[in-house]
Amino acid sequence: MTDAVYSEARSQGQITRLVLRWLLYLLLFVFALFYLAPLFVMVTTSLKSLEEIRTGDLISLPRQVTFDAWRTAWASACTGIQCEGVRPYFWNSVLIAVPAVLISTLLGAINGYVVAQWRFPGANIFFALMLFGCFIPFQVVLLPMARMLGLMGIAGTIPGLIFVHVIYGLGFTTLFFRNYYVTIPAELTKAAKVDGAGFFRIFWSIFLPLSLPIIVVTVIWQFTQIWNDFLFGVSFSQAGTQPITVALNNIVNSTTGVKEYNVDMAAAIIAGLPTLLVYVVAGKYFIRGLTAGSVKG
Amino acid sequence: MAPILEIQGLYKNYGSTEILKDINVSIDAGDFLVLVGPSGCGKSTLLNCIAGLEPISGGTLSIGGQDMTHVSPKDRDIAMVFQSYALYPTMSVAKNITFGMKVRGVDQQTQDAKLKKVAEQLQIDQLLHRRPGQLSGGQRQRVAMGRALVRDPKLFLFDEPLSNLDAKLRVEMRTEIKALHQNLGATMVYVTHDQIEAMTLATKIVVMKGGVVQQIGTPAEIYNRPANMFVADFMGSPAMNLIPAKAVKNGSGNTIEIEDKTGKPIVLKDTSGRDLPNNVVIGVRPEDISEPGARNGKAQQEADFLVDIVEPAGADTYVVTSLGGRQVTARLHAETTAQPGQHQTLAFDMAKVSYFDPDTGLRLN
Amino acid sequence: MKFLEDHLPKLMLAPSFIAMLIFVYGFIGWTAWVSLTRSRLLPRYEIEGFIQYERLFSSLRWDTAFTNLFLFGGLFIVISMILGLALAIFLDQNIRAEGAIRTIYLYPMALSMIVTGTAWKWILNPGLGLEAMVQGWGFEGFKFDWLVNPDMAIYTVVLAAIWQSSGFVMALFLAGLRSVDGEIIKAAQIDGIPNWRIYSAIIIPSMAPIFLSAFIVLAHLAIKSFDLVIALTGGGPGFSTDLPATYMFAMAFSRGDIGQAASSAMVMMGVVFTIVVPYLYSELRVKND
Repeated sequence: MTDAVYSEARSQGQITRLVLRWLLYLLLFVFALFYLAPLFVMVTTSLKSLEEIRTGDLISLPRQVTFDAWRTAWASACTGIQCEGVRPYFWNSVLIAVPAVLISTLLGAINGYVVAQWRFPGANIFFALMLFGCFIPFQVVLLPMARMLGLMGIAGTIPGLIFVHVIYGLGFTTLFFRNYYVTIPAELTKAAKVDGAGFFRIFWSIFLPLSLPIIVVTVIWQFTQIWNDFLFGVSFSQAGTQPITVALNNIVNSTTGVKEYNVDMAAAIIAGLPTLLVYVVAGKYFIRGLTAGSVKG
Repeated sequence: MAPILEIQGLYKNYGSTEILKDINVSIDAGDFLVLVGPSGCGKSTLLNCIAGLEPISGGTLSIGGQDMTHVSPKDRDIAMVFQSYALYPTMSVAKNITFGMKVRGVDQQTQDAKLKKVAEQLQIDQLLHRRPGQLSGGQRQRVAMGRALVRDPKLFLFDEPLSNLDAKLRVEMRTEIKALHQNLGATMVYVTHDQIEAMTLATKIVVMKGGVVQQIGTPAEIYNRPANMFVADFMGSPAMNLIPAKAVKNGSGNTIEIEDKTGKPIVLKDTSGRDLPNNVVIGVRPEDISEPGARNGKAQQEADFLVDIVEPAGADTYVVTSLGGRQVTARLHAETTAQPGQHQTLAFDMAKVSYFDPDTGLRLN
Repeated sequence: MKFLEDHLPKLMLAPSFIAMLIFVYGFIGWTAWVSLTRSRLLPRYEIEGFIQYERLFSSLRWDTAFTNLFLFGGLFIVISMILGLALAIFLDQNIRAEGAIRTIYLYPMALSMIVTGTAWKWILNPGLGLEAMVQGWGFEGFKFDWLVNPDMAIYTVVLAAIWQSSGFVMALFLAGLRSVDGEIIKAAQIDGIPNWRIYSAIIIPSMAPIFLSAFIVLAHLAIKSFDLVIALTGGGPGFSTDLPATYMFAMAFSRGDIGQAASSAMVMMGVVFTIVVPYLYSELRVKND
């Protein structure tokens, strides 16, 4: 093989590789468009007037940006008979999510600490039962829970929803903390016991200061789950206590009056914004929660 | 004076499996007790039982004359150094060392004074503000020791504290622990799987296997008069040669015949006058097989060997030969002229020989 | 005092343990019990046998819902896995701006299914959405009316669900690709094995546990899917996009048929059970070894 032929063959190989590389980037770009398109359409639609929506097309940019739809969505859109926008429901969601996240995270931390570090006969059975509880379809507990909340006198209230979210969040929070604490050598607990520290002292002085990453993961996971919940919200709330997902669905599906797509989109963005914000700010922890929730061990 | 630590008839079960069986050990103030054995022998479990970190299933345990069988670790007046050091990762070195005092409500002034003293003693006063993650292995080891020392307990417990260090540092720290023991006059219980550590550190050794104590004694007793073939094989490096042989009563003594692969058996004389069964296993340390005249001793007996392998080790040269179907190691001078494949005359020190029953493995003399 | 000290850990676990026994296992028991009675508007507790299950499986609406579960679930799982794996492999080729691309692919997972449903409902709206847009470009004959077509509506649910979850599958697989021992790959490269064979013969087979995890998570999402259908199609047109989850909800809260709600919930439970229990069992066993 002469040098010329050889270098030609080599440059041909390089060209093929370059073309493949461009195709790869093109493909990745197309998929990026696929994932971004709905968000783009939501945002542009929410900034258009109804008139422009009817005459323009789906992906065109708004000719005249207007925030009317956002104002309506926030303060005066109708969810059935009431027309107060999503604002009260947004705050309902906050009032539900914040305590439910805190309580379930704290309980999960203590459960995980006990299961991982204070092993006793039956602790594994407890953990297995808890793990299975993560997977049940919640439909199977809806009916008895509705009756139970009635018996407890918190049916249709925000404390009722907090209670439900804490109970059914415990499986995952326990799992997160257990899997984190199980990687901490048991000798640490032993050393602290010999040093004279008790159950709470060890938790407070040694384990909690170590737990920041897993607390962040758990809080993000729980917040996303609870904020995005619809099933419990629609099953166990009443007119004044609905979370924002339920309100959004009511706005979109309310049959009275003209269909205001721009308001629907603005309301949808408002409903999605908190979790989206968490994702953008702390994406690393968000992904870790997702993968921890699926890859057990 | 009452023993500092007294263990009587201690049993430990996990479910139906027995981990420790009928352990009886006692030590006096100032003793350095080493629990040694292969992994899984129960030595660490026994240490955890002494610490109160594992509940015991039967028997009693007292520390400083007080029954501690069901007392929790914090009230046993003990301190412990762990294999992984178990330093609290979020606390500084100083906080690690004073944590125990803080938990017990010792006043700040005393804490500071004790911290200062221990830090100087262990030469870690420059590290007090660092986190464990910023320390080297040896430094962590020192901090773990400091955490134990500062408590000034009745009993120090060490759970394989040197096994995570590299070889050189391990020897240095071993010497340091020994010095510490001598200077403090403290009482220590030390777990290791390394028989050299056991020999060098201990005033008293407990050899364990399968949850059962095999022998308790001073390092010299354990080394020179192993109670059974397991102890003989486990303690000492290279291990004691255990050679199957035939014993025939001969006047006041015995004639010992060892099969040689040349076909002509090696014959030795035991003049101690004891009775031996027909089949015995004789145990000889490598250093008790050497060049004729290299050692003094009335009981030197010479025999001819075929040398298989020569292993120079610097200070000595080991010569491996085959007797009774076993590899037998002899320890010769470094300058020995022994060559593989050649014959060599070696001398047995019959006064130091151990005899074992091949069936029970127990010592006969 | 000593007693308290010894049993404190168990005491701390007790509230969660009791809550779990009542609110998970007790409630499953209650639902199972009621599914065996003639309960309608109010629960009754006399066991009558499998009458509710007979009613369930002779109901046309349930038939649609149950078939949809396997149609939707099957397509959703298979396509999400293929897409997720492909994207993960693409992203594994030393891509510039990988972090940004990953962020874009994964963000839908942070959104509520209700938000996802709302967005796609608007995009797929035949009168004003995608169809109108393409027609507006001059393709007058273009038709894309899946959302209102009873035969096709279920595929819009599949589409939206894939949009929401495939990025997550990509993240799982990417983590798996990265965890393969680098020395094995180097050894294969030195042996002159082409890139695609390294993937097909070495890397992908070693990711079997990740495939299993992804499958379990996706199957679980599919069975629980409720919000997405409600927001996107409301189960319609007619009952054409009903899933067991929406059927159960309709029976429980709008039709007042507790017996049917309970029995359909138990069937869902059974499906989850057959998928998840062997998985959990193997996971927990491995850990105990």
